[in-house]
Amino acid sequence: MSKYYLNYLDELESEAIFVLREVWAQFENPVILFSGGKDSILVTHLAKKAFYPAKIPFPLMHVDTGHNFPETIEFRDNIIKELGAQLIVGSVQESIDEGRVAEEKGKNATRNALQITTLLDAIEANKIDCAIGGGRRDEEKARAKERFFSHRDDFGQWDPKNQRPELWNIFNGKHFEGEHFRAFPISNWTEMDVWNYIKRENIAIPSLYFAHEREVVWRQDSWIPNSEFLVLEDHEEIVTKKIRFRTLGDITITGGVESNADTLEKIAAEVAGMRNTERGNRSDDKRSESAMEDRKRQGYF
Amino acid sequence: MLDNNQLLRFTTAGSVDDGKSTLIGRLLYDSKSIFEDQLEAIENTSKKKGHEGVDLALFTDGLRDEREQGITIDVAYRYFTTPKRKFIIADTPGHIQYTRNMVTGASTANVATILIDARHGVIEQTKRHAFIASLLQIPHIIVCVNKMDLVDFSEEVFNNIVSEFEEVSSKMLVKDVRFIPMSALLGDNVVNKSENMPWYQGAPMLHTLETMHISSDINKVDARFPVQTVIRPQRDGFIDYRGYAGRVASGILRTGDEVTVMPSGFTSKVKSINLHDKELEEAYAPMSVSITLEDDIDISRGDMIVRSNNKPEPSQDIEVMLCWLNNSAAKPRAKYTIKHTSNDQKAMIKEVVYKYDINTLERNSDDTDLAMNDIAKVKIRTTKPLMIDAYRENRTTGSIILVDDATNETVAAGMIV
Repeated sequence: MSKYYLNYLDELESEAIFVLREVWAQFENPVILFSGGKDSILVTHLAKKAFYPAKIPFPLMHVDTGHNFPETIEFRDNIIKELGAQLIVGSVQESIDEGRVAEEKGKNATRNALQITTLLDAIEANKIDCAIGGGRRDEEKARAKERFFSHRDDFGQWDPKNQRPELWNIFNGKHFEGEHFRAFPISNWTEMDVWNYIKRENIAIPSLYFAHEREVVWRQDSWIPNSEFLVLEDHEEIVTKKIRFRTLGDITITGGVESNADTLEKIAAEVAGMRNTERGNRSDDKRSESAMEDRKRQGYF
Repeated sequence: MLDNNQLLRFTTAGSVDDGKSTLIGRLLYDSKSIFEDQLEAIENTSKKKGHEGVDLALFTDGLRDEREQGITIDVAYRYFTTPKRKFIIADTPGHIQYTRNMVTGASTANVATILIDARHGVIEQTKRHAFIASLLQIPHIIVCVNKMDLVDFSEEVFNNIVSEFEEVSSKMLVKDVRFIPMSALLGDNVVNKSENMPWYQGAPMLHTLETMHISSDINKVDARFPVQTVIRPQRDGFIDYRGYAGRVASGILRTGDEVTVMPSGFTSKVKSINLHDKELEEAYAPMSVSITLEDDIDISRGDMIVRSNNKPEPSQDIEVMLCWLNNSAAKPRAKYTIKHTSNDQKAMIKEVVYKYDINTLERNSDDTDLAMNDIAKVKIRTTKPLMIDAYRENRTTGSIILVDDATNETVAAGMIV
């Protein structure tokens, strides 16, 4: 006799699958925003489950800043091949070349904010009416306010003070031409839930998440990886360390942590003992107290 | 891994300065769920604002406007895990003008926590929140009598508040109410047992949340499977596969069960239940699965698969308790889109039977205008039958929302009477 209640991971899974199926049923042209990070990999895995034995019925869209970890791109291309899915790429480099955005200046310049224009352009060009993201409410305080179905106006803007009420499990995806939605199936997952689930389901993730030897430089309280985009300050020095990344963004801003965790078991154990948030190593969030909210208002994922 | 590893959703309610944010901050802080960088951030802000010590309330307000005004505007969701359970907190606003957001946060909750300032006792706002919790049929209520430090931890004050609240709640549909005297500011009876109130024999709040029986909160009797979408793979090995994807709203479905497809009324048997590449013997709420049937029947989104010997009531005339959520008032006899499970129909509000005076909780059948935050009993006529259950039996098949076709906004939430 089974106990007839779900454990928390199964309940989160069931909720996410429900949301993904609602997206498919309510929108004409949805995509999964795929960055190659663990959250978008998780969403893709859940989409596989939601529509099995059919293929995932929507394309994956990658907003490529041009400042990638090579491992991420390799992983992306492999997963696309394996799923037989369509890949849409929005290129920040192209947006720069076309003069749509200007590269930031200064030593902490990143391409993070530039993604907004590229993302919104790609949404418009491909007539996308819902972009599914791996955003989680535990990531950041502005994200904690996010609905499962999050409305964006025809400029792609989020208005946190005028969100649609979202009751029970009834999602309202109705919108006018030119507007779109962001959908967040894993809203209720925490970083720990993600790792526990990845471990349980044995989901493949990029090698960057596992501890490995890498050339890095100590900057802003974390190990920033060496890359062709890195400009060294006089006092800075490249060293080789055994590190892993807890979150993946642009190679220019993603800080690694020293670690020996080279298996999913060890990662889960390490994350359980962490005393700092995941985004604590993302310098883009440290710019101001409302950095994420401000970006999201403009259309950031 | 967690011991009892269930997920418990709770919501916080209380009027503006009752210390909701402080309570959540305390719960997270004492259960060691605040990370060091988050703590550092609120320590800095506390200092900048000239507070003595750390203002735990700062932890919850996520929007710039909220931090500036020191109030909560929209629902925020918080998470923490103990060795026993995973918790989702819907931190909802106390201001009356944001009642709709409170409803949003409360609609999926297992538990409503209602804060009362021990110095003020049961006030109108307490009654309003208890009333909304009872309307939404939140299965459990924890009344947190807060700021006990400001009334000398007096047992008498606490007991008076308990009887005041019990008098109010006796007129409502609340089943399970518990009372906990606490000081969120000092941490008494939140995570740790209070040494200041030896007269209190009960458990602190966290222990109560960890051990509360919630498995029966979902209806396990009436099998209801609203179809979200149909899965037709059209690929090798699955050419004839036709799966009905959905989430079990209530009850249990097993392979071999005699089922009826509503509203068409065709019957068949459950051939298989699938979750990804696994075949399951049975599925129960709230599992998302795909179902195949023995017979080829025309089934699409909006249909509901139910057990043949236990069917919901198809109806075009429904009575609901409606909470109006939108700035623009309800237009008399205007048409809206009604959303019920995966089904969309056009509907019209035919009649407002009575409206609740949210301050006195009395029914008023003279004033029938529906404006923002009003709660009223209304009669709705739909163009086609919906397969409905009463909300008190089934929160999923007993709830609806109304969408204004002119703006596409969700304008009302309703609970079927």
